[in-house]
Amino acid sequence: MLEVKSLEKSYEKDKPALTDISFDIKPGTFVAIIGPSGAGKTTILRSLNQLIKDDGGQILLDGHDIRTANKTELRKYRRQIGMVFQNYNLVERLTVIENVLHGRLGYKSTLAGVFGRYTQAEKEEAMSLLKKVGLENFALQRCSELSGGQKQRVGIARSLIQHPKVILCDEPIASLDPASAQNVMELLKDLTEEYNLICIANLHQINMAKKYADQIIGIRKGHLVFDENADMLSEDILKTLYDQDITKELE
Amino acid sequence: MQSPVKYLSRKGWHQTAIIAIIGGIYVFGSWILNFDNLNGLLAIPKAFAWLGVNFRPNANTMEYLPRILQKLIQTVLLAIASTVVAAIISIFVALLGSKVTGINGFVQTIVRGIASFFRNIPLVAWSMILLFSFKQSDFTGFLALLLMSIGYLIRAFMEIIEDEASETMLALKATGASYFQVIFQAVLPQILPSILSWILYMIENNVRDATLVGILTGTGIGFIFDIYYKSFRFDAAGMTVLAIIFVVIALEIISNQIRKVIL
Repeated sequence: MLEVKSLEKSYEKDKPALTDISFDIKPGTFVAIIGPSGAGKTTILRSLNQLIKDDGGQILLDGHDIRTANKTELRKYRRQIGMVFQNYNLVERLTVIENVLHGRLGYKSTLAGVFGRYTQAEKEEAMSLLKKVGLENFALQRCSELSGGQKQRVGIARSLIQHPKVILCDEPIASLDPASAQNVMELLKDLTEEYNLICIANLHQINMAKKYADQIIGIRKGHLVFDENADMLSEDILKTLYDQDITKELE
Repeated sequence: MQSPVKYLSRKGWHQTAIIAIIGGIYVFGSWILNFDNLNGLLAIPKAFAWLGVNFRPNANTMEYLPRILQKLIQTVLLAIASTVVAAIISIFVALLGSKVTGINGFVQTIVRGIASFFRNIPLVAWSMILLFSFKQSDFTGFLALLLMSIGYLIRAFMEIIEDEASETMLALKATGASYFQVIFQAVLPQILPSILSWILYMIENNVRDATLVGILTGTGIGFIFDIYYKSFRFDAAGMTVLAIIFVVIALEIISNQIRKVIL
């Protein structure tokens, strides 16, 4: 269970980026955060694993507040929270399997991590996850040789090997072609059910959000304006969310 | 709103004005310096003819060749050694000073200051200063090249880290990896090709600069060039220059091949 209570953040004084954001997410739920560019979607997502330090509120993962954690505790929380990026953020020169194994670093001693010493079990798990995302034949290829969709699936495997409770996806399909985008969204949706995950994705594509998400959170100018089941998202709400009639652009 | 036609004609006018100003500065400068353009231009072919006659190696020059080659190898090794040591020092300092991997703003400012200090004192000045402390030896030349290279490499490495490593670094930080794990598993592998490319460039550069440093500190290929030149053995001096050119071009070809393989 992830509970966010009255989250606040401002980058400049008197210009709040987030104001009083509160929502709950149950395990096994695929959540889409939608809203115009600059509304604060990325700020919310990155506050959830404290890559951005927010100014106030509570972020409770199974009842423990991530915000008050010290450095060592924060490492332990972060390894339970996977993250998938728009630009994949892989080490392009390393092989696919090395990038997947990076997801284990949070569990290793500093020295073992520095030298990249992984256990047999970890390597086997990496291979089985690559099989799951359909890349078992690419394990020893350099990531720079992969297509965008393949890179994103490596990114997803990297987050899964963390044994996460939560996966945060920052615009996971914004750089992908439509077919790869469908593919990645379906994968995320399936994994959410299979592993009983909380999967939170920032999306610009409202049709994708409607199609795949269980719950939709709408953000406008740093305020939460919508937090309901996906089928409750109406044209009226989209109008207030985006300040204009964009329903025509759907389909 | 300005009309596009007006904007474009104004832009054309600006360009003409800039060219006229640059031309004007040249004419004005020549006038102040009493520089005779026509005679200056006419002297060029004559100067090259003189070079061709006097600096052309002849049959007797061959006896100098073993000594030239020995000094040349020494100089190339010196350039490689100074670059490699500079690179090792620079990579650690750059990690401390870059915006993405750095410790804090204070250290970043200090590192930037150090890099710019080493870079902005000319190589000639370094050689002369170090000559007093370390006397006429290979070590003086090594040190002068080292300090200069450190100045350039710290700056270049910091920019590489900031450009190429920030995204992967963020990803690994998000998995709960510790600082050193992120550095060794994400930052260093990611930046390695660019770093190597810079090291190769610096080696080429240092072979050229080592010649000048040699003249000043009395070591390596620069030293024997200086001796031959000052004792009017122009054919041997010409041979030395040819040898340097040959080595620099060869190094460039080799490093381009290496770049092709690693990038």
